[in-house]
Amino acid sequence: MSRSLANSNASSQSAHRLAMGLGLTYMSLLVLMPIAGLLLRSIQLPPGEYLRVLQAPETMAAFRLSFGHAFLAALFNTVTGVPVAWVLARYAFPGKRLLDVWIDLPFALPTAVAGIALCTLYGPHGFLGAPLAKLGLKVAYTHWGVFIAMSFVSIPFVIRTVQPALLNLDPSQEEAAACLGASRLYCLRRVILPELLPSILTGFSMAFARDIGEYGSIIFIAGNIPGETEILPLRIVHALECYDYAGATVLAIAMMVASFLLLLLINLLQKRQTS
Amino acid sequence: MNGNPSSSPLVMEPPWVRRALIAFACLHIGLLIVLPFASVLWQAFSHGLSTFSQLLATRDTRSAIALTLSIAAIAVPVNSLFGLLLAWGLTHLRFPGRRFLLTLLDLPFSISPVVAGLLFILIFGNNGYLGPFLRSHHLKVIFAFPGLLLVTLFVTMPFVAKELIPLMDDADHDEEEAARLLGGSWWRIFWKITFPNIKWGLLYGIVLCTARAMGEFGAVAVVSGSIRGRTNTLPLHIEALFQDGDLPAASAAASLLALLGIISLVSRGIAARLRKRSEALRLSAPSSTP
Repeated sequence: MSRSLANSNASSQSAHRLAMGLGLTYMSLLVLMPIAGLLLRSIQLPPGEYLRVLQAPETMAAFRLSFGHAFLAALFNTVTGVPVAWVLARYAFPGKRLLDVWIDLPFALPTAVAGIALCTLYGPHGFLGAPLAKLGLKVAYTHWGVFIAMSFVSIPFVIRTVQPALLNLDPSQEEAAACLGASRLYCLRRVILPELLPSILTGFSMAFARDIGEYGSIIFIAGNIPGETEILPLRIVHALECYDYAGATVLAIAMMVASFLLLLLINLLQKRQTS
Repeated sequence: MNGNPSSSPLVMEPPWVRRALIAFACLHIGLLIVLPFASVLWQAFSHGLSTFSQLLATRDTRSAIALTLSIAAIAVPVNSLFGLLLAWGLTHLRFPGRRFLLTLLDLPFSISPVVAGLLFILIFGNNGYLGPFLRSHHLKVIFAFPGLLLVTLFVTMPFVAKELIPLMDDADHDEEEAARLLGGSWWRIFWKITFPNIKWGLLYGIVLCTARAMGEFGAVAVVSGSIRGRTNTLPLHIEALFQDGDLPAASAAASLLALLGIISLVSRGIAARLRKRSEALRLSAPSSTP
């Protein structure tokens, strides 16, 4: 009896180990080795290459455009996302489930579809594009297009991180604050918002990271003019089209360093949230 | 109950604030999400179904659909299998560096799709690490099917594992422990105890993986070379039609692909409901507690 038990324990242990080993081998070959290849390339490049690529005015413009607009889009989605999360977490109204389902659409929709959709809406003959153009605001093929596309793809992040945090909030604190005579607005500012801050920040940085890397939906609606409406990922594509592998590597490393720092920040925030 | 204080009048906003917030949320989602989606469908269907029949009649479209389907047919089963193995291993073993591995699992999601494509060009491209080897053996990876498959495997790698890890972590390891003490083999434990707990999550992970495998644009665009009728997947074909200035055809192709998004949203709802029901069943069934 005890021998068969030991056998069964050992066999399930080794089955777990085998699964882990196979999975890790796969992940190393498919994900880790290619990334290591990029890092190796980046070390072998002479520093002059970095200066050549990063000091080009078009590169600096692409950095400003990508990071600036990603920040603005993430900020926009934070400011608008918190009220939406609040409504979904706290109020009951007809059509609430439907609203909840629609929010995930930007995650579920392929990026090329999102790009075409935004183009049909904001294009020169689009339902919103035509009246806006009459007012003198051109959205498609300008930097506004970049902002619109970035906002669209990152709508769900803040909503989906803040919504569960709101549901987990202990109501007794709010009740206590109200009993002590705090107004609803004061309570929101001093009791609720501090509790929500870590999840708001997490949602913000996830949206920001996604917007920096986003490619498919943006290139349909941005003008893609180097130095003006060319986002950073598109600059990498253009470098590859010119067989400038060194340039593409430098740009990719710069972007990955940014992504890595953001990932680190997200992890730190989540750790603070759980503790 | 959950901590939802909406029942307490003490901590409730005045009705006009509530109404204004609800109106804002509906307007926001309606304008920013529903309207673009409706607009692309309207553009596609405004000439009836003729746009679709013309689109599907072209050889380039049919080959793009076939290519997209065949990539997904390989990438999804492979990544589901390895995702299952990774999730099972990571949740049942404790070892140093486990948390680090969980972070690494996110890498394909946090890397820009364009950079993902670049990674494989640097290895398999003409000037890549394996470039000379591939040339001397007349093998083509970049600008060919293997390259498209590799980047698709890369960008869809984490879906199944990410979906399963929280489920396997939450699941009661006590039941598995009990089965082990009774001498159950690892296979029977997996099949009778672990699998029923994760099956809906697994299904949802597979749906997400499929949707991304068929819808991926950036990474595929970099390694495809966009040869029409040869290496153009459906998303790339949408861009080609768009570049031709044929917005209705591009919209029709996009609506075909949009079906994927709808399917994944619907199955998300179904998976959540089924999971809830099977949990309720498990809790109410006395036989589940030995």
